Amino acid sequence: MKIIIPIKRVLDPYTQARINKQTEQVDLANAKMAMNPFCEIAVEEALTLKESGAATETIAVSIGTDKTVDTLRTALAMGVDRAIFIRTESELDLQPLHVGKILANIIKREEAELIIMGKQAVDNDNNQTGQILSGLLDYSLGTFISKFDLSSDASSVEVSREIDSGIETRKLNLPAIVTVDLRLNEPRYASLPNIMKARSKPLETIELDSLGIDTSPRIKVISVVESGTKDRASKQISSAEELFSELNQMGVL
Amino acid sequence: MSALILIELNGSEVNASSRAAITAALQLSDSIDALVLTNNLSNSESVSKLAGINSVKMIVDDSLENVNVEVASKLIADVMSGYKYLISGSSTYSKNILPRVGALLDVQPISDVCEIKSNNTFVRPLYAGNIMATVESSDETIIMTVRATAFEHSGDGGSVEVEVLSSTIPESNSTFISLQESQSERPELTTAARIVSGGRGLGSKENFALIEQLADKLDAAVGASRAAVDAGFISNDYQVGQTGKVVAPQLYLAVGISGAIQHLAGMKDSQVIVVINNDPDAPMSRMADLVWQTDLFGALKELNEYQV
Repeated sequence: MKIIIPIKRVLDPYTQARINKQTEQVDLANAKMAMNPFCEIAVEEALTLKESGAATETIAVSIGTDKTVDTLRTALAMGVDRAIFIRTESELDLQPLHVGKILANIIKREEAELIIMGKQAVDNDNNQTGQILSGLLDYSLGTFISKFDLSSDASSVEVSREIDSGIETRKLNLPAIVTVDLRLNEPRYASLPNIMKARSKPLETIELDSLGIDTSPRIKVISVVESGTKDRASKQISSAEELFSELNQMGVL
Repeated sequence: MSALILIELNGSEVNASSRAAITAALQLSDSIDALVLTNNLSNSESVSKLAGINSVKMIVDDSLENVNVEVASKLIADVMSGYKYLISGSSTYSKNILPRVGALLDVQPISDVCEIKSNNTFVRPLYAGNIMATVESSDETIIMTVRATAFEHSGDGGSVEVEVLSSTIPESNSTFISLQESQSERPELTTAARIVSGGRGLGSKENFALIEQLADKLDAAVGASRAAVDAGFISNDYQVGQTGKVVAPQLYLAVGISGAIQHLAGMKDSQVIVVINNDPDAPMSRMADLVWQTDLFGALKELNEYQV
């Protein structure tokens, strides 16, 4: 069984997003970039399946300009077998529907039966791509999963989903797409020897233009503004009595 | 320009986020229908009472008790002809289903709308809410989820006709096994007026009970940081933040939470923020209206024993 892991390069999640005054866009030119943390969890789960003998091959896929190769090399260094790089000439505003169509094309070509990916990317926070991809391919879908058990004959998978009311468990027949949540596993770090080894692992480059997919934006970003947390007056208090008295005055009890 | 609202039910009651979706829809359309997928026809009662809607469309089938996304997305796509908008509250229910409907209709959905600027222009958060983007859709049909904290929750007051649709339930490749529901008598996290939230500083599941005790005293909901959930102090559905629930209560009391940006993203719009922490440099403290810098166990004991 082949596993495809779509991954995304994003602004480092521990970095505050800032708007560049000249371009009036989120400043990514000089920012620290990293693999989307949910994608790391997806990679880890695929590697665990490969190590258990359930998967034959793990393939990471990403879309972007040449810098995206760094993120794919990170996945290879973690242990993924090979990578597919969908190259774009310039930075494009690719939206989940576009990404879904591009990934669907690659998944059909690779005849992959299991797709493991992050539930959302922490830049645009859409939480859509896995769902859209499942609709385009008519694959079964398990979103927000915190537990994953492949059946012994690899024909289905039992997943636990973190939903608003608790934990839902479902059985998905393959082919399936799962989107992973935070508590599925602890992703590994790439060791130095593996980082060296990753340089010689296969990385196939496909020009996005050659796929013939319409990537004209469906949604246009008109403007962006910073809306970070605002510091407040922070009055110091020192007892329960004082706290209750303040809250009473504010009328929030 | 009519709108269809996908209604989410909690038991037989309409979810608060669905009520926010109606408020949002009223800014876009004066012809709003509600769609309910359910196993029980009697669930139409709470929906038909919703103010602001023209009619209720129901699809009733035993298999819809724990609705399956493959089935739901096809059923919804099939009833979308004639509608300009498909709107639902931001919840794991609609985040699961709506993008798949988008794929079936070749529409790029819009997640977590916080403000409506015009009939195709919306404001939504990026980067955990640190950036707000104004976006314009060029799709013929617009599919979106709306933040329950950004729109008023539309009330009852109507009495509209319920139409049961004779949809054929499609085959599916997945089956429901079980739902482990969090049982709580406390107010629901996303709609509570007050929230007491605990973090890694609590140290253990046993100690986290002190948070629950204080919540009960204040008639508040319980929340948690990701660190507290990861450490197993409390289950996932209590997590507040970028990937958990977004809340905006009148009072948010944070105990032992340092304040990662992902957590702040989920609660920064709270009216009054109180922080109890022993670390004066915690980012959480800068967000606070009131700060009690102290040993949090001493503070919790004092608060729990305090006679209001």
